[in-house]
Amino acid sequence: MKLNQLNLQEALDGLKNQLFSSKELIQACLDQIKTKDKYLHAFLTLNSQALKEAEAADQDKIAKPLKGIPYALKDNFLTEGIRTTASAKVLDEFIPPYESTVSARLKAAGAICLGKTNMDAWAHGSSTETSDYGPTHNPWNLNYLPGGSSGGSAAAVSADMCTFAIGSETAGSVRQPSAWCGVTGFKPSYGRVSRYGLIAMASSTDSPGPICKTVSDAALITQVIAGQDPYDATTSALPVANYSQNLNKTSLAGLKIAIPQEYLSKDLAPQVRQLIQKAIEQLAKLGAKLKPVTLLDPQYSIGVYTLVQRSEVSSNLARFDGVRYGQDRSAFSHEAKNRCLLGTYALSSRYHGEGEYYNQAQKVRTLIIQDFAKLFKSFNLYLGPTSPGPALKLGASQNNPMFGEMEDRLVEAAAISGLTGISVPCGFTNGLPIGLQLTGPQFSEQIVLNAAHAYQKSTAYHLLKPNLNYD
Amino acid sequence: MTKLFSTIGLEIHVELKTKSKMFCGCPADHFQVKPNTHTCPVCLGLPGALPVPNKTAIDWTIMIGLALDCQINHESTFDRKHYFYPDLPKGFQISQYDDPFCQQGYLTLDSGKKILINRVHLEEDTAKLIHKKINNKDVTLVDFNRSGVALVEIVTEPVVTSGNEAKEFLKKLRDILRRLQVSDCDMEKGSMRLEANISLTADAKHLAEYKVEVKNLNSFRFVDQAINYEIERQTSLLEQGITPTQETRGYDDLKKQTFSQRIKEAAGDYRYFPEPDIPPIVLSKEYVENLRKQLPKLPETETAELVQRFHLNNSTAQLLVKDAVKLSYFKKYLTEIEPVKLANLIINKKIDLTKPLLLKTAAQAVDLKIIEKVIRENADAVAKYKAGKTSVVGFLVGQVMKQTHGKVDPKQAQQELLKHLRGVSS
Repeated sequence: MKLNQLNLQEALDGLKNQLFSSKELIQACLDQIKTKDKYLHAFLTLNSQALKEAEAADQDKIAKPLKGIPYALKDNFLTEGIRTTASAKVLDEFIPPYESTVSARLKAAGAICLGKTNMDAWAHGSSTETSDYGPTHNPWNLNYLPGGSSGGSAAAVSADMCTFAIGSETAGSVRQPSAWCGVTGFKPSYGRVSRYGLIAMASSTDSPGPICKTVSDAALITQVIAGQDPYDATTSALPVANYSQNLNKTSLAGLKIAIPQEYLSKDLAPQVRQLIQKAIEQLAKLGAKLKPVTLLDPQYSIGVYTLVQRSEVSSNLARFDGVRYGQDRSAFSHEAKNRCLLGTYALSSRYHGEGEYYNQAQKVRTLIIQDFAKLFKSFNLYLGPTSPGPALKLGASQNNPMFGEMEDRLVEAAAISGLTGISVPCGFTNGLPIGLQLTGPQFSEQIVLNAAHAYQKSTAYHLLKPNLNYD
Repeated sequence: MTKLFSTIGLEIHVELKTKSKMFCGCPADHFQVKPNTHTCPVCLGLPGALPVPNKTAIDWTIMIGLALDCQINHESTFDRKHYFYPDLPKGFQISQYDDPFCQQGYLTLDSGKKILINRVHLEEDTAKLIHKKINNKDVTLVDFNRSGVALVEIVTEPVVTSGNEAKEFLKKLRDILRRLQVSDCDMEKGSMRLEANISLTADAKHLAEYKVEVKNLNSFRFVDQAINYEIERQTSLLEQGITPTQETRGYDDLKKQTFSQRIKEAAGDYRYFPEPDIPPIVLSKEYVENLRKQLPKLPETETAELVQRFHLNNSTAQLLVKDAVKLSYFKKYLTEIEPVKLANLIINKKIDLTKPLLLKTAAQAVDLKIIEKVIRENADAVAKYKAGKTSVVGFLVGQVMKQTHGKVDPKQAQQELLKHLRGVSS
């Protein structure tokens, strides 16, 4: 196995036992990027100092949890001195003067940023096709989309260009591309991981999260990046558990998992239902108690999410007024303009009497939160497919302004409720991966990770790799 | 001619003198500071930066609310107020809209009339625009040192009826704010900014269908003058059957006239919505009561006490209470001299407040026995004086001061000494 193919735990063990150096590990990833990224376009900017940082890590005598490990960072996290664009031409020349909390914590833990990954511009989408720098391709089939908005990060992990990656989710942007690229994507609860230095999309749901090769890797990364941040007033003071150490201690005996029927509706792609059924049987074998339930139809969350998100987007993008970042406002692409218009209209309507769109959406949001609260009185988690189907072909998002909202409809309710959830590979259809989502109440990270870990250890889907011989 | 009633509401912005800004750790001090040196990603509105509210600023806002007999909301939120202007780096100002910290208070005028307070809320100040000529070109520069400084807005109900009433209210408000030590209220430095909303109506029970906002009034006198000017201007328009335009006007203090600046925006254009980056702020009863306990004695109470306990007249008491230095001087020496006399000395600037009190009044008559005693006990010095060395008088004065524990006027002491010395010599 090549060094770049190692998962995080294997890479840490190898470095610890001096089987290889960080420099060799970084070099292997850079080689992979060099030969494969011309097909995939997962990266926008590379960190020119990565090898130097690896040399320094190799000399560093201080123990650090992620020392010398290469990772890929979604381009909406600010990196001091490294161009950060959020895949938007408006920020084409923006070199941030400060570091995001997530990347600062990874740096302090010894991880080395290889570069910044492609995404939907401003994270507006679920395809990575709306990037102002061109789409990323799905490593399993170049004619297909990687999902999004963290498509570059998911593709980079799937194609072994890095040991792990960081994405961010507003509604599905970590889990959906992870499902489409056949990797593990974890969305911690809203308020668990700091948003400081993350270019805001929808502030009330934005949640950074890791995209990894295994659940156990995701547990380790999460405990490094999670926790209260004095720079983000929405982060929780709740202590962060040692998620990774706690993983093997529990079995799934006694774990109650709900199967909401609304998440297995008729509009799923063929085979998705069978794959989820198989996963249900597997989880039952592991000791979990599973039971069908009824939840609010996820279709209600589409409208709520769209209104809240567009409203917040219109506000968050107001600072890009064409004065300070070298580009005027004509550099905004179609999708961003669309969202600003809808959001501006929704917020104005609060006072003009055309309809209280924003307030109504917040009221329905409360109902959805209450619906989940009721469910979690009797269950620890619920499950379903992450996405209604496998990856779609390039171009699918074009001329479809609701593409993301429709593709993410099975994770939106959880996102607007601040829940934590994971997507793990659970099979394939037509050579494309399918993801299983396990979702729990806010701050139940450990339970979600435990269940996903037990499932993953009893299956082999996550070990399958795409064939990267594209020549 | 039908009688027209004037309806005036006041909006007062006060910069709090907290050490750091409202939503970041930058120093809040911005007066005569090198431009753009007190800034960070938060107050520059850089991508990814998030606001974290300043606890002291919240406490002080609530104390202002309590001093104005407001109700304190159990749960308050910050809201985003959107508009495009170069002094607003995020494209919105973090302010409070639906649930401000304090609502429904009042301040009582001398006449007994209560000026109702609609709300006291907390927000952030904007950056400062500096219009300059550089290389013969007109340019506008932005100084972000002021961006994000804690700003309290106090809004009255439209219950003020004259410029004079407005002036009295504002003076009383400033005295309270200074007493709370939350703001310098210096209008020249812009730490207190005044606006008046003025309209006239023939029907005293209903508000007019328009209102005129006069902004940037930087003295109480100008508020008075601007209001009176507006009442005259609007009266004359209404008498011609013209409804005055809803607009924002400025005040030219040289011409003593208001002038049109821009047509006023409606609330909807600001697209207010709850600031998602700051969770709602929940204040327990105990928390608010604890702040109430920390309130200093307010000017009204203190004035009443001075009048009652020390028999000062009302205006003297008010003048003392308004000035922390004068008041503390008064309190320090009021056991040593008759309080009314002391108060008058302070108010009439007859004594230097930076020095200990010399009781001139008690020293009117320099005790002749002491003069004689000093002359008797300092025969050497007297001899030197007689020999023509007149400068020894200073030494003798010092001796008199010592004997009297500094309670006599040195000049008088000198005169008496000279009289005696001449008498001795003759």
